[in-house]
Amino acid sequence: MLNLTSNIISKIQNAEILLIGCSAGGFNLVYELVASLPAKFPLPVIVIIHRSRKYKSSMEDLLDSKSRIQVKLSEDKENVKKGCVYFAPPDYHLLLEPEGCFSLDSSEPVLFSRPSIDVTFKSVADVYNDKVIAMLLSGANEDGADGLCYIHDKGGLVIVQDPDSAEVRRMPEAALTRCKGGLVLNNPDIFTFLKSIATNRK
Amino acid sequence: MQEFTNTETISFEQLDELVLWINKIHGFNFTGYSRASLKRRVTRIMELRGLSLFDLKSLLVNDFNFLEEFIIEITVNVTEMFRDPTFYRALREKVLPYLASFQRIKVWNAGCSTGEELYSFAILLSLEKLYNRAFLYGTDINTYVLDIAKKGIYDLKQMKVYSENYMATGATGTLADFYTAEYDAASINHSLKKNTLFSVHNLVSDGVFNEFQLISCRNVLIYFNVELQKQVLNLFYESLCPFGFLCLGAKESMRDLDLLKKFKIVDKTENIYQKIA
Ligand SMILES: C[S@@+](CC[C@H](N)C(=O)[O-])C[C@H]1O[C@@H](n2cnc3c(N)ncnc32)[C@H](O)[C@@H]1O
Repeated sequence: MLNLTSNIISKIQNAEILLIGCSAGGFNLVYELVASLPAKFPLPVIVIIHRSRKYKSSMEDLLDSKSRIQVKLSEDKENVKKGCVYFAPPDYHLLLEPEGCFSLDSSEPVLFSRPSIDVTFKSVADVYNDKVIAMLLSGANEDGADGLCYIHDKGGLVIVQDPDSAEVRRMPEAALTRCKGGLVLNNPDIFTFLKSIATNRK
Repeated sequence: MQEFTNTETISFEQLDELVLWINKIHGFNFTGYSRASLKRRVTRIMELRGLSLFDLKSLLVNDFNFLEEFIIEITVNVTEMFRDPTFYRALREKVLPYLASFQRIKVWNAGCSTGEELYSFAILLSLEKLYNRAFLYGTDINTYVLDIAKKGIYDLKQMKVYSENYMATGATGTLADFYTAEYDAASINHSLKKNTLFSVHNLVSDGVFNEFQLISCRNVLIYFNVELQKQVLNLFYESLCPFGFLCLGAKESMRDLDLLKKFKIVDKTENIYQKIA
């Protein structure tokens, strides 16, 4: 049973965007999470996953057909809107402009990753400040830890998948070492948490 | 590029002010650039060198060499040979046969960075036996990258990735046919360099300088805001001959409806366009 403190509930009510970062071992969970969202989920969602540019991934298309909510790859200078889940395209960093649209960026990988979770998390926090909820899931490197700290320090809400329920624990574990004060949730609670965003924002 | 601190090094307001200030002092206009990207790049310079905003400004005023470095650092110069192999495949199949009907093939590679893209075009043209009729102009705002482009000497380690890209384009032979390896350097064959010219051109402030059969500007527009993108696309339109081709990056499609009317979409996924009006 997930018990949220009033502080967390007020952060949920204050939030204007949801970020999800994941890598090795997290794809299935992301798939299930996105598929569970209602069509009118109250926040725009941005998903950063590490995947090779060599294989054409159709995760977005598949999810779009299976989900109630719209799912797509984010495009350069596209405006961010709620009711949509945006995936970062492989081989680009995804940045957010203060004007409220995306920019793609082909600069160097960060921690061998492009897209980098850190880069997007920080960029979004620079625009949304404390109105961010960020979730970091399973993965085999340390991407995301910096970004989570940054969001946390700006007053956003930080959620880390319990390393014990992650398929690959390195990424959530690194985040927990670096960034104290995040909310640690196991898989069922992550689903409950997403539901509580929908109810607390009505 | 490592990400550093947990606190904001420069705010958007400070960044905007810095950008205006640089334009006033040095005449470099970055006002139409992606602010998110600029912020990240400026943050990185300040953090790597331990500079406050005040330090940064005084260096920019007093040290001309620093200005050069600053411009290099805030623009993204990452490039590859045959980046996006499917693009080069489309170029070979859909554009080169048409280009073959032109007497002279002038190519403009705008934002060419260190030259890898331009030499990829040169290789493609030479495989189709069009190189001798062709002339390739590579331009960038950055003299440092242009000097590397002119030399055409690259790290041999990089060639492994480039060779894989090359194979994936479906071209015959191997990339090794086009360079010579010496120690840890790969030097582009002289025959590919003879019809090339690299020079400075600023897409923001410089105008039309020739008429081209093919213009390629890839992974540059993503660093510009929508207004500047439109301005630069108009510059390309003005610089193309009738039925000339325009190639944009894998994630850079032409969305402006007025402009789209004047172009035919040759390949929707690879963002290749042909001027028709
Ligand atoms: C990411 S690189 C793209 C290299 C290559 N076209 C590719 O796709 O691999 C972007 C290049 O655009 C150049 N650039 C940025 N602003 C420019 C401007 N205003 N005029 C000309 N070039 C510019 C940068 O210096 C950099 O070399």
